[in-house]
Amino acid sequence: MNTTPPLIEVKDLSIGFDNHAGDTLPILRNIDLTLYPGETIGLVGESGCGKSTLALAMMGFLKPPLRVLNGVSLFKGQDMFSLSDSELESIRGGDLALIPQNAGQSLTPTMRIGKQIIEALRLHTNLPKEQWYARAVELLTQVRLPEPEILLARYPHELSGGQQQRGAVAMALAAEPDVLLLDEPTTGLDVTTQAHVLELLRTLALETGTAMVYVSHDLGAIAQVCDQVVVMYAGEIVFSGTANQVLKRPVHPYARGLLSSIPRLKDAVVPPSMPGQPPAPGGVGKGCAFVDRCSMAEHRCYEERPALEVTAKSELVRCHFYQKIDQLPPVEMPTRRESNIADQADILLNLDQVAISYTKPRILDQILGKQSKAPATVDRIDLKIARGETIGLVGESGSGKSTILRAIAGLITPVNGTIKFDSSENLNQIVDKRSKDVLRRIQMIFQNPDSSLNPRHTVAEILAQPLKLYFGLQGQELRDRTEALLNRVRLRTDYLERLPSQLSGGEKQRVAIARAFAAAPDLVLCDEVTSALDVSVQAAVLELLTELQGERFTTYIFVSHDLSVVRAVADRVAVLYLGRLCETGPSENVFGIPSHPYTEALLGAVLEPDPDVRPKLVAEDILELSPPTTGCPFQRRCSRRIGKVCDQEVPPWQMTMDGHEIACHIPLRELRALQEKKA
Amino acid sequence: MNMKLENFAKSRGVFASLYKVLADMLSRPSGKLGLSLVCFHIILAIISPAITPYDFKVMDADLILKGPSALHWLGTDNLGRDILSRTMLGGRQALMVTIIATFLAIAWGGMLGVLLGLIGGWIENSILRLVDAFLSIPWILFLLLIVSVIGLGNAVLIPTLAFFYGIPVVRMSRAATHDVVALDYITAARARGESRVTIVRKELLPNVLDILLVEGAMRWSWMLLAFSSLSFLGFGVAPPAADWGLMISGSRSYMAIAPLAVLAPVVALSTLIIGINLSADALAKALGIDRAQKAPV
Amino acid sequence: MIKLVLQRIVMGLATLVFVSGIVFVSVEALPGDSCTAYLGRLASGQRLENCRQDFGIERPALIRYAEWTTGALKGDLGISMKRNKPISDIIGNRLRNTLLLGLSATLIGVPLALFLGIIAGLWRDRRPDLWISMIAIIAMTIPEFVNATLLILVFSIWLGWVPGIVTTPPNAPMIEFLSDIILPVAALALVMTAHILRMVRTSVINVMGSDYIQMAILKGVPYWRMVFKHVLPNALLPTINLVALTIAWLLGGVVVIEVVFNYPGLGRLTIDAISDRDLALVQAIALLLAAVYIGLNLFADLLTLVANPRLRTMRR
Repeated sequence: MNTTPPLIEVKDLSIGFDNHAGDTLPILRNIDLTLYPGETIGLVGESGCGKSTLALAMMGFLKPPLRVLNGVSLFKGQDMFSLSDSELESIRGGDLALIPQNAGQSLTPTMRIGKQIIEALRLHTNLPKEQWYARAVELLTQVRLPEPEILLARYPHELSGGQQQRGAVAMALAAEPDVLLLDEPTTGLDVTTQAHVLELLRTLALETGTAMVYVSHDLGAIAQVCDQVVVMYAGEIVFSGTANQVLKRPVHPYARGLLSSIPRLKDAVVPPSMPGQPPAPGGVGKGCAFVDRCSMAEHRCYEERPALEVTAKSELVRCHFYQKIDQLPPVEMPTRRESNIADQADILLNLDQVAISYTKPRILDQILGKQSKAPATVDRIDLKIARGETIGLVGESGSGKSTILRAIAGLITPVNGTIKFDSSENLNQIVDKRSKDVLRRIQMIFQNPDSSLNPRHTVAEILAQPLKLYFGLQGQELRDRTEALLNRVRLRTDYLERLPSQLSGGEKQRVAIARAFAAAPDLVLCDEVTSALDVSVQAAVLELLTELQGERFTTYIFVSHDLSVVRAVADRVAVLYLGRLCETGPSENVFGIPSHPYTEALLGAVLEPDPDVRPKLVAEDILELSPPTTGCPFQRRCSRRIGKVCDQEVPPWQMTMDGHEIACHIPLRELRALQEKKA
Repeated sequence: MNMKLENFAKSRGVFASLYKVLADMLSRPSGKLGLSLVCFHIILAIISPAITPYDFKVMDADLILKGPSALHWLGTDNLGRDILSRTMLGGRQALMVTIIATFLAIAWGGMLGVLLGLIGGWIENSILRLVDAFLSIPWILFLLLIVSVIGLGNAVLIPTLAFFYGIPVVRMSRAATHDVVALDYITAARARGESRVTIVRKELLPNVLDILLVEGAMRWSWMLLAFSSLSFLGFGVAPPAADWGLMISGSRSYMAIAPLAVLAPVVALSTLIIGINLSADALAKALGIDRAQKAPV
Repeated sequence: MIKLVLQRIVMGLATLVFVSGIVFVSVEALPGDSCTAYLGRLASGQRLENCRQDFGIERPALIRYAEWTTGALKGDLGISMKRNKPISDIIGNRLRNTLLLGLSATLIGVPLALFLGIIAGLWRDRRPDLWISMIAIIAMTIPEFVNATLLILVFSIWLGWVPGIVTTPPNAPMIEFLSDIILPVAALALVMTAHILRMVRTSVINVMGSDYIQMAILKGVPYWRMVFKHVLPNALLPTINLVALTIAWLLGGVVVIEVVFNYPGLGRLTIDAISDRDLALVQAIALLLAAVYIGLNLFADLLTLVANPRLRTMRR
């Protein structure tokens, strides 16, 4: 591998920008990176570490106002930043191609897919015109897209997310590039779709021998595709080695902390988090960038910036004391959740045959009293939630999990069934009709911290609202309480006067949590509360939620598409597909065998940050928009479908043991045997 | 400016945040120029009666169409009136009428738009259709008609201008409301059980106000355009009042001989409108708004 | 898609009917009636009676509305009080003249605006844009009558290249107007171009900052190919509607321009009609102008429908 010349060589590259005050703030510092033919390198780091900037820089592209501070980025020996426009144009999309982050937004909306792929052929290959179409069809087939001729004639917005992404891959492969740059190509895709696309990328890498640079914050994805992994922090490379080395025995304290903070399917614990957060550009002192958060930090770390050293195993580490890494106490004992499943008989919330529909019946139908023919968005939900427990609602997009939360919160009313709160209150009413006490006892936290806090209110005002509304607090008492709340979520008092735009994502989410707990609720609805956060921040937020629950005996309904996160926090789990329940039960049972075929598919698609563990692709990667009118909701994608009964009859609930139920036509014993055989 | 002062300003209500916005505007060249022009004109309009060298009405047969001289810096018009004085006074009525009318237009258009955005459903759709239908009618026609039948005067002009120029504000404010209502913090407030009124007042309005302010600035400039067009056509201010539009219209016939009679009010009017536009631009940047260019209806 | 097209057309017609109602009601709502308005101080006694009888004013509003609208469909817009002639006769020539003006201005202004706007957007904040934008802003902020007056001052009085005031009678053949329309068209086109230019510029800037253009660059698409195939289709699409709106708005400006130049078109007729308080004429003109506006909007809507892939494939 070392005799052939490298395809990409980044030498001492530093990139930054000038702020209003005239200071130069670095985004990348002294990056050295080499890519040989056939290699796949993963660039890993959290938001703000500069990995995307680096990938784009390899193409000679900088988003204004960034500029090169020093160093070069070579492609096949040429410095990308000193090439002419036409030279760059011939390389980009040709020998060096990019697969963008959000294909839906990266494909020109007014051009058909076929035209865009053929454009790549026209610009970068010598293929004669007559062969373009055939080649485009070939490419779409290579990326496993069915009915390529039809898809070629479609516009980007007519394709699903997974199809768009594959289309972007096809476009990048058109000129048979030597190097593929992938910038978080599976962000925003469903779990199962993600697994399929990654499998495709992995196979392509093996088949075509194309070298790849894969940028991602998701270590699980990296583990699937890359042989080499480079960990970045605050614009620097802090650790690199083979995938095995980095993912199994990282010797840099940050990499170690990062890996430990990823929840794993097999551990029902909230992973430990690293204190603090990454520095902002220009916020690094003369020492090591990680010094504020490192438990090994000594005086030298503050004074001297560590250089990259080669270890005995040929890894690269940027740490003064990496040899002592094993002397560190094993990463903090993870927070084991108190098994406070509590008395299952003390039911706090009871959903009985709840059905919710988003489609309003047309006025004419309403007058005539006709029921809407379309199947309800959510149907046949039976769920009993005990006081003090955490129940996870799991599913992909369209599963209805958020809809159910909204019905419980009173933002939407069910069209059928009842929701009973504390065995006395009927929650079928919309917010306006509920009593203030009920409103207080049920609180909700949202996914996106940027939009769940009013940008024009200070933190103090945000926290004051529930206190004023539910308890009528004012003046000094109000002020004291808000301060106490803020401190409880581990934010300093001076944050009170800050605006949301001055907080990081994790901090904003903490404020949202504080706001919810200000009401001293019995039930907190968590709608994908960590999905928009970086991994290490996620761990800290989960830890906080767990602590608060331990103190106050709060009940959580935790919605997420991320099974590992659910495994870490939930006592019981309910799996949803297209608005119908597939399986419910204690988490270790649901996540074990036997399980509903959909649960099996979800579990199989989970990407472990372990290069030896491959996902099991069970279900087809089809996008479904609405549930079938009869029978099992999973009938069209189930690999264990047994026949017409699945299409026509609603599957019965079968119980394996107390509390674990699966809705399937396949008898449990058979299901267990089938699933054990596969494993 | 350090963060504490910033936050104090932003969190202590409209007036303090006004300070911060103004500071931002003045840091830009467009803001500096724009605000100076606007302030100049407003101050001029207020103090001009006290400082004009001559009474604008006085006609002197001996002084007809004289060029600039030491006594009359800009010369005289065809009735012997001093051009400088008339120009200094020419903006008074225009400014007063348009400022009030703009305020009213934003107020009623903004409120209706917010209401529509909140009500939704078929009511919203049908009123929107109504709004679109109104937009189809050429404003000038209606303005002229109403003025001609009911008569001239501020009592007619102000409500009429406010009505017509408020209509497009309804659309814009409704769209802004829609955008904000879709955000989670509104849902969070609803889920908490905050009353609708509180949500509108505390959560929605502060975020819609920004857009309305910028819109208001733009509206003002268009209204000035409309007002001066009206007076030009003879449907605005009644002679012998000094008004820029009227002056331009009246001096057209002898433009060749005494161009200053036309140019003076032209310059005055143009500098005011340009000043407003520049200020609106700086305001939008200061508030961080992406100004979508719309047709100036 | 045919369904969508039909839907739009129906909505356009419905709006027109609605507008006719608004126009009629507004005129009715004004104090007095057509006769008192027209006769003004002389509105009393026998004269008033005769007027009312002659023009059928004393009949209930609904009947007059029905008569008016059905007549309009047939091309009969009633009788002008002042001139005692059928309105359609009066309007005929004027409409033609105004259309000549408006169309010429549009045909010159729109392509020019597109061209300049695209350049300003592509060279944002650099010399070409700074010049273009500055001139555009000045043209936009100065009232049309000022523009027109200044144009007359410079090109007619000082330079003497073109006639300033129009003296050709309204019913003269079109050829005779050609030299007359140079300045008015220039005045109209100036403002129109400025507005449209700014919108196009903003649209181009927005598109240039989008993800898919960044992708096109990273795909190695040469600059000009990118501009024509990726940028322009996306930038010009949203402007179709805005352009229609602007053109329609400028219908108002035509009135002022015609007065300044004394051009015998619909705009000047409007002023005359209003001065004369000839309400029937005013009503008719209002309806006509509204119809043109709605028609333009409909055209723009349909054009957008056809050109925008997202709308075309709404069924999926």
